[in-house]
Amino acid sequence: MSHDKALLSIQNITKIYSVGGLFSRERISAVADVSLTMSAEEPEILTLAGESGSGKTTLARMVLRLVEPTSGRILYKGRNIIGIRNRKEQMEFMQDIQPIFQNPFETFNPLKELDRYLFETARNYRGREEQSIDQRIESVLNLVGLSMEEIRGRYPHELSGGQLQRVSVARALIASPLLLVADEPVSMIDASLRMSVVNLFKSLKDEHKVSIIYITHDLATAYYISDRIAIMLRGHIVEIGPVRKVLVEALHPYTRLLKESILQPHAEASWDEEITLSTMEAREFTRLGCKFAGRCDSRLPICEVSDPPITHVDEREVKCWLYVEQEKHRVVSSL
Amino acid sequence: MNVLRIENIQAYYQSTLYGIARNVRAVDGVSLDLHADEIYGIAGESSCGKTTLIKVMFGAVEPPLTIVGGKVLYQLDGNHIDVTQADAETLRQLRWKQVSYILQGSMSLLNPVRKIRKTFWDFTKAHEPTIESAKFEATTRGHLDRLGLPAEVLDSYPHQLSGGMKQRVAIALATIFQPKVILADEPTTALDVVVQRGVLQLLRRIQQETKNTLVIVTHDMGIHANIAHRVGIMYAGRLVEEGRVREIFGEPLHPYTRHLIQSLPAIGDKSERQGIPGAPPNLADPPPGCRFHPRCPYAKPICSIEAPQLTTIADGRRIACFLAAKENANVS
Amino acid sequence: MRSRMRVISDLYRHDPRCRFALSVIFIVVIFALLSLVSPYDPGSSYYAPPSLPPSREHPFGTNSRGQDIFWLMTFAVRNSLTFGILTAFLSRIIAIFVGLTSGYKGGIVDRIMMVINDSFVVLPVLPILILINFIMRGQMGLMELAMIMALFGWAWDARLIRSQVLSLKEREFTFTSVFSGTNTARILLSEHLPFVTPIVLSTTINNLLWAIGMEVTLAVLGLSNIGIPTIGTTIYWANQHQALISGVWWWLAAPVAISVLLFIALYLLVVGLGTYLDPRTRIQRMKGALSDERA
Repeated sequence: MSHDKALLSIQNITKIYSVGGLFSRERISAVADVSLTMSAEEPEILTLAGESGSGKTTLARMVLRLVEPTSGRILYKGRNIIGIRNRKEQMEFMQDIQPIFQNPFETFNPLKELDRYLFETARNYRGREEQSIDQRIESVLNLVGLSMEEIRGRYPHELSGGQLQRVSVARALIASPLLLVADEPVSMIDASLRMSVVNLFKSLKDEHKVSIIYITHDLATAYYISDRIAIMLRGHIVEIGPVRKVLVEALHPYTRLLKESILQPHAEASWDEEITLSTMEAREFTRLGCKFAGRCDSRLPICEVSDPPITHVDEREVKCWLYVEQEKHRVVSSL
Repeated sequence: MNVLRIENIQAYYQSTLYGIARNVRAVDGVSLDLHADEIYGIAGESSCGKTTLIKVMFGAVEPPLTIVGGKVLYQLDGNHIDVTQADAETLRQLRWKQVSYILQGSMSLLNPVRKIRKTFWDFTKAHEPTIESAKFEATTRGHLDRLGLPAEVLDSYPHQLSGGMKQRVAIALATIFQPKVILADEPTTALDVVVQRGVLQLLRRIQQETKNTLVIVTHDMGIHANIAHRVGIMYAGRLVEEGRVREIFGEPLHPYTRHLIQSLPAIGDKSERQGIPGAPPNLADPPPGCRFHPRCPYAKPICSIEAPQLTTIADGRRIACFLAAKENANVS
Repeated sequence: MRSRMRVISDLYRHDPRCRFALSVIFIVVIFALLSLVSPYDPGSSYYAPPSLPPSREHPFGTNSRGQDIFWLMTFAVRNSLTFGILTAFLSRIIAIFVGLTSGYKGGIVDRIMMVINDSFVVLPVLPILILINFIMRGQMGLMELAMIMALFGWAWDARLIRSQVLSLKEREFTFTSVFSGTNTARILLSEHLPFVTPIVLSTTINNLLWAIGMEVTLAVLGLSNIGIPTIGTTIYWANQHQALISGVWWWLAAPVAISVLLFIALYLLVVGLGTYLDPRTRIQRMKGALSDERA
């Protein structure tokens, strides 16, 4: 898709951290050469899924400009957001892209009343329609299922996690953004309150045309609300495509492993196969070749040596040697 | 055969700070029995009292947590021990050799400046003072081997291990004396989904081999569905439903349980799910009568006046709800 | 203002250390204010019979120069307190500004500020003050001394405040504020300052103690303006007139006892305030107050 039509275009983004002591420094790619595009024409919910260390949170923070990439570009409406220094451009950027953080109790200062954030945001950003500040705040609160009466003068500890997260969403919506970046927004909320927040995200996209980058390790909720999903492993996107395809007919062996490890809350479900866990999982970061090769049952010789390219298969993009035509033929002919 | 009997335990957090007294009724009248050779799950959300219940079961009751009433009776090898009345020495004998505890975030259990071997040594020496190092080495290595953990773990520091590995080491620590009861409080919460599977499989295997009692406390219903034999659902400090896992998930009776299970999305199914309106109550000031009534779609007048008792409505099935008890009475 | 009164009344009612501390401080302040109605001018001498022990007419007795010690002390305490408060206040302002800015901005600004800061930390205060006092030869008033002391008193605390800000800067509510469009100055003041306040308050009182202590040290050594009555200069004069040897012990006892009491009281206040203002207990209190209201 041409870049003019793209809302957000992430191009070859890499983030490298140096870890270690004085004598043994290692360079770890938290995000390795990731490219991703979100369309401006249709709002969508794109999930970044993966375990811890997959790079999904780092990638989100780079989109939010909280972390600077080591290399690559992030184009928002055609303009690179990485070099932004002046306040005016910064405000323009934040008018369109807003965050939702994981821990609702950390999102707000425990010593400050919540409505102060709402008023502050309303004062700093123009709305898209002509409305007074009070009206704007009341309307976003209603949108998330709350009212000014419930929030006025209240401190964060007086509300539940679910309510707080909804206030967080309301605050983000005051600026009328086009894109929300939500980092595990429901993982710290109780199960009984979770679905109402998840349904809220769904309605934001369906009825209010807001695109959402949704980060999670919970594939079940990802399936429920996303349009597309990207599975990340150790900084790479290993599979990306429509959620029905990726999760139901998983191509990449890692996607399959993730899917199988999910605990479905049904009495009939249970895993039969025992899996063996790797002993030092952190070593996967510094592997040559495919990062999953150490745990993969279907690995080919080339997987240990060379990083697989991205191939287009059946509406998805997969980063796996199994799907590269020449490799498949080579394997077949050697049997 | 009952291994543990909890009778109407009431444990509150009581404190006074700058003249303001707080009385949080974390566990408010819970009774249950644990059998030998079973995995019992305790389900519930945050602030339902499940962690407090585990602390009481382990005897780790320190101010501001106070046991206001009830009994916790262990029946192990013919000994009867009431944790609420026991003295410090009896508790010490009980702990770790008979009853062990895997905490939430066991990562913090491991001393960051000592090698794992030293931690194991400290634990072993504390409970078996006469052991010699050769025997200790052999026993520990054998134990780790049985659990599928590499021996090189002993020579590592905690920060060199991943979260999943640390948790498995914590499980190894908790099972080294082959206790009769293992209490696990959110053993996989901070772990990735794949590692979680490995850790839970390990726990299940240990239970199958030693035939002891494993209590898993977690809010994740998926874990209960896949591992537990029986499950007890807690809400706001009380047990609201209990039964065999197949039956509870197949046909949840309590409105809270029903909503909880039905609200969870599943892969392959995009049909709409609803959360439960409202929020779990503040345990310092809980609602009168049934604590779930403000959020219950089937609430009747009596629910706000009288608290329903946990009654047995079928073999191995208990429920605390006026509606459900009546329905089942009609059916049977 | 009302919330501040609530703080004091809460502390008074519930923390016995603070009860003692606040009472003593209250008495000392009243004592200092009495200087406004003193029947004797502190500059004059020999208006009363010298070296009298404490009596009804002269509650603290009189000194060898024929001055009533009680009324003299009211001026002494007033001057010492004013001096200390002024020093503490001035150095707080510098410390807060440096700590907040340096911590939040980071980078080159932080580095430059910390180099300046650390230079001030390692400067030996007493020798420099002695030197300055020698040069000024007792021409320096308390005001000038306060300003110089303030320059020495901010560096340590600026670093404390800076480390608080360094950790606060990474917390999510800071990012929420950024995305709410708040500018840096407002973030520092409305998000971070409430967390920094306990440190600021305890260091203020520490600074106050340090300033008064320094003043006493300098005065006792005869290095400050001995014409101005302060706790320190009173001790100086008592020593000059060999008060202990000549049996006029009450001349020495009065300033020493008052300063010891004041120091203990201020210290206890710091400790009590610290607990009270700690964000964790603050939240506990807010929660507790709530269930109070509902019940």
